[in-house]
This record gives sequence, C-alpha cells and structure tokens, in this order.
Amino acid sequence: MSVKKNSVKAWFKSGSPWIWMNAGAVSIAVIMTLGLLAVIATRGLGHFWPADIIEADYQVPGQEVRVMAGEVTQIEEIPRARLAASGLPVAAEGGEFMTRELLKVGNRDLYGADFSWVVGEWLSNPRTPETLTAFERREWGNLYGYLLNVKENGQLVAEGDAAWPALQERLERVDELHAQVVRLEKRDIGRINAGLERIRLQTRKLELQGKLDAVAQADLDAERARWDAEYKVLETELNGLYQAFNRDSITVRSVDGREVDVTLGKVVRAYRPNAMSTMGKLQFYGAKLWEFVSDEPREANTEGGIFPAIFGTVMMTLIMAVIVTPFGVIAAIYLREYAKQGPLTRVIRIAVNNLAGVPAIVYGVFGLGFFVYVLGGSIDALFFPEAAPAPTFGTPGLLWASLTLAILAVPVVIVATEEGLARIPRALREGSLALGATKIETLWRVVLPMASPAMMTGLILAVARAAGEVAPLMLVGVVKLAPSLPVDGNYPYLHLDQKIMHLGFHIYDVGFQSPNVEAARPLVYATALLLVLVIAVLNLTAVYLRNRLREKYKALDH
Amino acid sequence: MNDLASETMTASSKSLGLDFNTPALQRKRRIRAFKDRLARWCVSVGGMAVLGAITLIFFYLAYIVFPMFQGADLEAREPVQPAWLADAGAPLLMAVEEQNEVGMRLDARGQVQFFNAQDMSLMSAVTLPLPAGTQIVSVGRDQPGSNRVAVGLSNGQVMVFEHRYAVTYPNDVRVISPSLAYPFGETPITLDEQGAALDHIAVSLNSGTLMLTGSTGRDLHVLSLGREENMMTGEVTLSEERIALAQIAEPIKELLIDPRHQWLYVINGRATADVFSLRTKELNGRYKLLADGGTEVTHASTLLGGISLMIGDSKGGIQQWFMVRDEDGKQLLKSIRSFQMGNSPITQILPEERRKGFIALDASGQLGVFHSTAHRTLLVQSVSDGAASQIAMSPRADQILVQANGQLQGWTLDNPHPEVSWSSLWSKVWYENYDQPDYIWQSTSANTDAEPKLSLAPLAFGTLKAAFYAMLLAAPLAIAAAIYTAYFMAPAMRGKIKPVIELMEALPTVILGFFAGLFLAPYVEGHLPGIFSLLIFTPVGILLAGFAWSRLPESIRLMVPDGWEAALLIPVILLVGFVSLSMSGHLEVWLFDGNMRAWLSNDLGIPFDQRNALVVGLAMGFAVIPNIYSIAEDAVFSVPKSLTFGSLALGATPWQTLTRVVILTASPGIFSAVMIGMGRAVGETMIVLMATGNTAIMDMNIFEGLRTLAANVAVEMPESAVGGTHYRVLFLSALVLLSFTFVMNTLAELVRQRLRVKYASL
Repeated sequence: MSVKKNSVKAWFKSGSPWIWMNAGAVSIAVIMTLGLLAVIATRGLGHFWPADIIEADYQVPGQEVRVMAGEVTQIEEIPRARLAASGLPVAAEGGEFMTRELLKVGNRDLYGADFSWVVGEWLSNPRTPETLTAFERREWGNLYGYLLNVKENGQLVAEGDAAWPALQERLERVDELHAQVVRLEKRDIGRINAGLERIRLQTRKLELQGKLDAVAQADLDAERARWDAEYKVLETELNGLYQAFNRDSITVRSVDGREVDVTLGKVVRAYRPNAMSTMGKLQFYGAKLWEFVSDEPREANTEGGIFPAIFGTVMMTLIMAVIVTPFGVIAAIYLREYAKQGPLTRVIRIAVNNLAGVPAIVYGVFGLGFFVYVLGGSIDALFFPEAAPAPTFGTPGLLWASLTLAILAVPVVIVATEEGLARIPRALREGSLALGATKIETLWRVVLPMASPAMMTGLILAVARAAGEVAPLMLVGVVKLAPSLPVDGNYPYLHLDQKIMHLGFHIYDVGFQSPNVEAARPLVYATALLLVLVIAVLNLTAVYLRNRLREKYKALDH
Repeated sequence: MNDLASETMTASSKSLGLDFNTPALQRKRRIRAFKDRLARWCVSVGGMAVLGAITLIFFYLAYIVFPMFQGADLEAREPVQPAWLADAGAPLLMAVEEQNEVGMRLDARGQVQFFNAQDMSLMSAVTLPLPAGTQIVSVGRDQPGSNRVAVGLSNGQVMVFEHRYAVTYPNDVRVISPSLAYPFGETPITLDEQGAALDHIAVSLNSGTLMLTGSTGRDLHVLSLGREENMMTGEVTLSEERIALAQIAEPIKELLIDPRHQWLYVINGRATADVFSLRTKELNGRYKLLADGGTEVTHASTLLGGISLMIGDSKGGIQQWFMVRDEDGKQLLKSIRSFQMGNSPITQILPEERRKGFIALDASGQLGVFHSTAHRTLLVQSVSDGAASQIAMSPRADQILVQANGQLQGWTLDNPHPEVSWSSLWSKVWYENYDQPDYIWQSTSANTDAEPKLSLAPLAFGTLKAAFYAMLLAAPLAIAAAIYTAYFMAPAMRGKIKPVIELMEALPTVILGFFAGLFLAPYVEGHLPGIFSLLIFTPVGILLAGFAWSRLPESIRLMVPDGWEAALLIPVILLVGFVSLSMSGHLEVWLFDGNMRAWLSNDLGIPFDQRNALVVGLAMGFAVIPNIYSIAEDAVFSVPKSLTFGSLALGATPWQTLTRVVILTASPGIFSAVMIGMGRAVGETMIVLMATGNTAIMDMNIFEGLRTLAANVAVEMPESAVGGTHYRVLFLSALVLLSFTFVMNTLAELVRQRLRVKYASL
C-alpha cells in the first residue's frame, strides 16, 4: 500500500501529470474541431435523405386520441420533472426520464405549424404505410397525406391506385411548364424591364441637360412603344402558361381525415419514402442535393436551393481578388524593394501587420461611411444624376462589398508577399544586377517569379478570409434575398451596383431571422457545410501550392 | 545602380569586335532606363497609395467622430430696427415657426404681430379679442412645439389661443400664412371668480383635457376643462372641474404644470417649490431649491416632455430637477444636475422642441446653449448689450430671434450633436423617469420626446465580459496545447495536428456563431449539469488515464512512443465526455429536482438566458484558441535548443526544464499570444451576435446575455441616419474597437520583436 502511495507521489513529482494535462489540451482542441465538423456534416447531409414518414396514434392523457404523421427529426430524453414544469399532464409515477420527439408534421396550412413536439410514451401503434405520400410544395411547406384523386380543370381523371401514376405524369408536365414560366419571367420580361428603365433614365438625362426636344422625345416614345408591344405579346404568352400550369389539381387526405385540394402548379415533387428502396432513396438524395446547389431559394429561404448565394459569394470574392492582388503586391514591393529601410518602414510594417488583426466590423463601418456614402454618393452625383433621388452606387452593393473585403484582406497579401520577397537570397538579385539588368528587370524576371508562391499563398489566404467574413458585408451590400443575379443578359451585363446574396449571411439570416427557424435549420447546416468545404478547399490549396512552388524554386534557394 | 541612360559602354568591349554603342542599342538602353524609372515611380506611388488607403481608416473614423465633441456655433445676422416695432407694445412672448420664415410676437397691449423672420418686415397683426378694459398681466405657454398660449387678464379671466401656420404651394412656391385660432372659444375663460388679476398663468392640454392654473396673490386657481367632440354631429361639449388647493405661504414666482397632469409645481418665495399632486389634490412636499441664502430663483421652465424643471437663479446658475421615486415608492423632487452660465441672473430659459436641450439668457445679455442629458454647456455668447427683452428659438433649434434695445436680430445656431459628451458616454447618467443614475444604451425609443440614452459603458462591459469568458476557456487550453505541441509532441504527430489547428483557425466565425446559437445554446440548456461535470471530470479523467498508463507493463507502454500522449487521450476524453453528458439527466434529477434551470433561477435567484455568456465563451473560445496557439507554439518552439539541452544535461527532468527554462524564456511570446487572442475576442462580431441575446446589461453573470460593441454596430448601423448623432456614436464604437485592438496588437508585436532579438543573441 505504502509503495503504491509513494509511486503516486513520485509520479506527481516527475511532472508527468502536467505533461498529460498539456497533452489533454491538444486532444480537446482536436476533438472540438473534428466534432464540430462532424456535427455540421451529419446534420447538413442528413437533411436531404428521405426519412420514413411515421403514422401513429397520439394520446395526451385526458384527451382524445389523434392520428399523427410525420418525420421524426429529433429524439431526446428529458427528466420527467422538466416536462411537468412545462405544463404537460405528466403522470407523477414512472421512470425518471421520458422521451420527447420532434415530429415534422408538415401541413402548415392545416395545423398552423410544421413541427410538433410529442412525448414518445404517449405515441402508440406506429406504422409506416407505403401509400403515405409527402408533397413538397412551393408554398406552405410539405404536405403529408394520402393521395385521393387527380383532377383536370376540376374534372376527375384518376382515383385510388390509378391516381399515383397519373400524378407522376402530370408532375413532369408541370415541371416543364414551370421552367418555361421562369425563363419567360426572368429572362424575357427582365430584359424588357431593363430596357424600359434605360429609356426612363435616358429621358430624365436629356431633360436634365435641357436637350429633350420633340425629336428625341418621339424617338424615345417609339422605343418605349416597341418594348410595350413586346411586353403585350409576352404577357399573353405568360397568362396562357399560367393557365396550363394551374390546370390540374389533386385531392389529398391528411392522416386525421381532412381533405385538401392542391393545384399541381404548387407541387414541386411528390414521393413515398416508406415505399422507396435504398437505391430509390439514394437517387432522391442526389436529386435533392443537386437542387440545393443549383436552385433558387423558396419560401423565405427555408426551402429550395442556395445557388444565388453561392454565385454572389464567388462573384464578390473574384472581384475582391482582382482588386487585392495588384495593390497588395505593389505595396509589398514598394515596402521591401523601393522604400528606404528605416524606422518609418518598420512602423509601417507593424501597422500593416496589425491591420490584419483589426476587427472586420471596423472595415464594414469604414466601407459604409467612406465607400458607400462618400465615394458612391460622389459617383452618383457625377455620373447618374438622372437616377436621383434613387441611389445607384450610393447604396450598399457588390462593388462596395468587394472593395471593403479587399481593404480588409490587403494586409494579408502584403505580409505574405513581403515575406516571400525577404526570403529571396541577396546573391540572386546581385547576380542579376551585375549582369547589367535594371532594377525592374531584376524584379520582373528574377525576384517576382521566385516570390510567386508567397504571393499565391497570400492571395488564397485572403480569399479564404474574405469568403468567410460576414460582419462587414451586413453593412455594405449583402441582402437576404436578391431579386436577380449580379450577372445577366442585360446591359451592362455585370451589375456592380446590385446587392448580392452571400453564403455566410445566408446562414445568419436563415438561422436567426427566419420566421420558421425549425424548418430552416437543416438547410442552415447544409449551407454551413458547403461554406466550410469551400474554405477548407481554399486553405488546403494554399498549403499545396505553397509547397509545390517552393519545391519548384528550391534549387534556386541555394 | 546601373545608369543606362547616359553611359556609353567602355572601350574594352570594342576590342572584342562588338560595338555596344550602335544607335539601336543606345536607344534600347534609353528605353530600358526609362522603363526602370517609370516602374520605380509607379511602384512608389502605388505602394504609398495603398499604404495610405489603409491608414485612411483611422482618419476617416476620427473625422466622422470629431464633430460630436465640438461645441455649438452662433452666428449673428444684421440687427434690424423695423418701423412697426416702435409702435408695438412691450414683448411678452416671441416664437418662430418651423421653416424659420415667420416670426410671431405678442405684446402687452394684446396684439399679435406676425413678421418675416428674415428681414423682420411686418406681415400681419391681429389683436386678441380681449374684454374691454382688461390688460394682459401674465403669459403661459404649453409644451414646446404645441404653439398654445394662455394669457392671464387683469379681471381674473384667461384667454387661450394657438398661433398656426398653414403651408401652401401655389405655383410650386412655398407660402406660409400665419393665423390665430381659439380652440376653446374666443370668449375668455373665468379662472378667478373674484375677478382679481392673474399674476401667473400656466396651461397644458393632454388628450382633450385643458388644465389651466393661475394665481392671484397667494391663491391658486386650477381649472380642468374637458373637451369632447361628438363624432356624429361635431358638437363640442365642455366639462369643467375646479380643483381647490391650499394657499401658498409666500409670493408666487412661477407656475408649471406637468403635461401628464400629475404634478403642479409652484415656485414661490426666495427659492421654494411646492409640488401638488393634481390627481390626489394634495401637497406632495415643499422643496428648497437653492442652498445659498443669497440667491433666489429668477426663472423656471420645463424641458421637452415636461418631466424636468429647469430653475434659473440670480447668480447665473441653472439647475435641473425632476420627480424621482425613492426606496419606499414615494415621489420626491430631486436636484439632478446644474449648469453655470455667468454671474448675472437668468432671465429666460427656452427648451428645444425636438431635443432635451435648452437655451438660457441672462441679465447681461449672454446667451447659453446647453444640453441636459449630456450635461454640456455648448456655448455662452453675448447677444446684446445689457438685457435683451425677449428671445425665441425655432422648432429646429437652428435660429434664434432676439429683441433688445428696440431692435430685432436673428442668429443662426449650428448645434448638430449636443446630446453626446464624454461623460454621458462613459459614466452614469441620471435619466428622466429613472430612480438613480445608470448606464443605459437605448438608441431608439417609441416617442420623440425620449432622452437619448447613448452610454457606451454597457457595450464595452459586454465586450470585455464576452472576451473574458472566451479567454477563460481559450487561454489555458491554447497555451497548454501549444507547450505540448512545441515541446513534447512527436514530430510525426505534429505534422498531423497542425493542419487541424489551421483548419480550426480558418473556420468562418459565422459558422461558429450559428453552431453556438442553434446547437450549443439549447444543448447546454438541456445538459447544464453535464457541462459542469465535464469541467471537473475531464482533468480527473486525463490524470487517471496518465497514471494508469504509467502502471501498465513496459511491453505495452513501449508500443506507443513518447510524444503520442495526446493521441492516447482522445478516446479517454471522448469517453469522459460521453459519460458526463449522458449522466447529465440523472444528475439533474438527483441534485436539482430534475430541472437545474428552474433551480438556478428559483433557488439561487440567478437569471438564466438560453443564449448566454457561457455559450459565447465556448464558441468564441473555440475561435480564439488557434490564434493563441499558433503564436505561443511559435514562441515555445523557437526557444534555442542549447538552453533546453543544457538544462537536461544538468539532470533536470523534462517538466523541470519546461517550467524553469523554456516557459520563462518564452513567456513574453506567450504573453503576446494572449494579447492577440484578446484583441481577436474583443472584435469578434458574428459569434456574439448569434450566440447571445444582445441585451445591453452590465452583469458578470455567466448565465445571462450581453451586447458587445461590434455586434451593436452590426445591428444598428444599417438603420441609423447618416450623419446623425447615433451614426457618429456607432463610428465612435468602431474607433474604440480599432484603437483597442491596434494597441493590443502593436504591444504584442513589439514584445515578439524584442523576443526574437533575444533569441538571436542566444
């Protein structure tokens, strides 16, 4: 016994417990990181899997039995006391814990809410009927129930078992029509609106310049009339499409016996998860995943895809990269190669270094005050007087978001490039100069190629930082729902003044500002996963490039 | 440097048969030299421009913030002596309308003159329909902005009128036509039935009830007139109620009515205020307004909203008083703050109509511009030689009219940001309707006459609180991990761990924030006992695992080389975590009756928010760990090997070497790592925005939320009016954040540079 005691003491004296504690810190950090990623990945990816729809009888003690159906999204065990405290008629006797399940019951138009907490103990007779169908709708969320019949213009077409194949067929037709409607509305009518707006601005401009005479007016009127005529044609076409689109309807009976008529135009897809094979589910999973990355959001961003957000993020980051690279590199070259080295450059270097650590929101405030109001306001006053009082550039938008991020990320590029320049051996420069090359020739042909890995790394790190930054963007140009992409077929094709959607802001907005947080939550996880992947890939690319290019120039290093 | 432009090549090359000085080559050299100079110029200009642009941030923020702390500016216009003024009687009251175009002046003879407020020419004059043989003896005005005036007559009657300004746009030109209206009839209302002259008069209209108060000698007369308009017929019925109040002991100086018709303030004697409750019709109390026996009250007025009384005295002091509830719930009149203007008696105090500011005039013709909440004296300037007889301020508080020595003079007042001062931003302020001075951030309010509550203190406190809890988690973890990685870890494992930490650093904060807000916050709420047992059991588990490992037979221990302890611990920690968290429910049932949250708030009295500082600490700690880790790791790793080898060779154990040699040497580096982590935690926006309730409270309670400077900017910036005070205060918070992080980072950087020099010398 005493030996053992001694050995504990000796063990403590040797210091190894502290070493173990330090080791534990590393493990905790690793577990935290990987755990976070794992939670996001499972929750994000799990969302697209078509879970079985469970139908069961639910009886709250002292109330009537209700039939409920839905997907189980969460199960937790909680102490009986807590349930009782929340006002449920929980029996005082029984085990310490009860299960609580979150059911996605859908049918928001019938029940008022998509989700419902139920006590597991009160559910009985659970079953998964094969014909229980989930209808994904363009509004009001999912509808769960049994398909009764399919109607065309109110006339019964198919009923009972025949209804399902008929529905499939008609859904395909509706899909096609939907694509046509979207094309017509977004592309063709969008073009006409842009044209009309251009004419309005042109008229106003001529008016302001005092050049709006009868001839110009007639020209503009003629053009406007042409657009109007074109619009008339499209309008009739669109109306026809809409009529065809809303031709069919279905009747669905919910599990508690209520019947609903749904126009087929409102149904995105219908599926019977309980009857699906694993293969079928996989296929469905793939389709949902594709919809997620390629489609536009629906229902206040809680359903559908996030394509505009991906596009906005990429667009903004690209513009930022185009701005930040030359300026960052030039500043670094100046600081390292041209500026006289002394206390002043040292101070500047420290300042630049520290600017990388300044809170991003500060840049946002600066961007809003200086770029948007001062620069944007001046641009509007100088070049777009005809649009006043509506601001063109004097309001948050893509350009200002990119510029703000550029100024936020420029220290990263400067620091990385400078480091690269500092690494290049003196002998190489001197060799080049000794051979008669001018300074710029030395820089351009010898120094910069060797420093390119460092620049590349800086740029990628800057891009990674910019892609994940949200706080400043909330002030300078990101919105929850942008009506159109910043790039389209209307002059001037790239709309730098437009507001954009952004992955990071999408997460914040949908997760915290959405009216239906519960429904949106899985989508937020999926978006987060996508953002993490993008950033991880960018960072890993930076590391890979750095290593590869370092290898390439290694021979020169000695 | 090679100078190609002017040089010709030396002759020696000629001897080889090559001519370097052909015109073509010379031209080429000139072009190259030109390119070189051009490049130098471009790079220098471009580089300096970029560096300038990023330092612009400082100056721009300061440039926006600066005007807030500037005083007011008063500019005189040419005084005018209009002919009509000589014929008019002595002024009793003056006013200017919204657009600063029309001035209004009531004289002692009962005539109202409307005049052009720019050139002072007379527009129209209306005589009040006073009963024959009566004179005006007193004037009272309702709330700032109401344009309602009551005149007390020599026969005990009161006449109430409003001066109105109709704005029309014939031919797109603004025309303002002033007029008088008598909403309570053109016949005067009898206040004193005895018919004595009303020495003082006060008027207030509140939701259809007109409260009139007058004094004859030491008697008070209070009349409440209800005015109801029948919706269908438009018929007006007036109901009358007389309120009898006790007689006042000393001569009355001023009467003021609280616009909510709760209090009547009677200033009397030298410096006494009798406060009557108009609801209970009783005396609330008698208050001594001035302690110094040699001074007396010379003027009193209410501020916008009617809650505060401004009392001017004969020595140039102005005091603010309002009703405050004491511990027993009794309302008492309290002195809040005081201002000093000059030494002459205050003759007039005029409240602003949109803000809690006021201007005051003294007997020597000095005009002062003040703001009550910010406790600022923005300007004191002389506007006339000797006493001015009457002043008026426009509703927008940008024009002041002064009548003095038979002249009318307009003054332009530039006073854009009176409501902020250094003390109102950072120290306790006693706001109206509050029982005591407090730190409050409340930038928007429901009604227009609310006080601006722009104290940055709760936000700064929230910022530091969030950073503190984050550092509580991050600093020990990150430093311990850094020490282990740099000093004990096997190189092969190091190569695997570092990318993970780099990934941790690269994770966007919006993801951490959303994770904290949507996953962690409800999870922590449901597993509180588990979270706290984790804190205890993890170290215990690690120690047990370490000890058990040291007891294992050598054959097993040698299978894992030194420096892989961290890998061994991963399953241990996972297990401890799993056990702690799954035990959570049982612990809760066993210790806290099944509901720890209820236990906390009911038994301990600790309020609990779901999104609280604990969650922020966890999430932001996560964000800060990699920052601290990488710098601390760098500092520990670059401790010269000669030092550690020396120590080990002398027989010290690795742990002794670490604590006595390595950490001591690397401590400045570790310190700078903590500072950089602190800077990061202070400026973090998205995590706190999403993981807290964003309530601006000052409480260190770990279970309550907070609001940080950065999150506040993110939330409020988009909706603040450009150039307004709120906008500038938000810029100030950004500037505070910028300066704080900049100073922290610079200090850290300097420490690191010194350390590098030290290492190099070792």
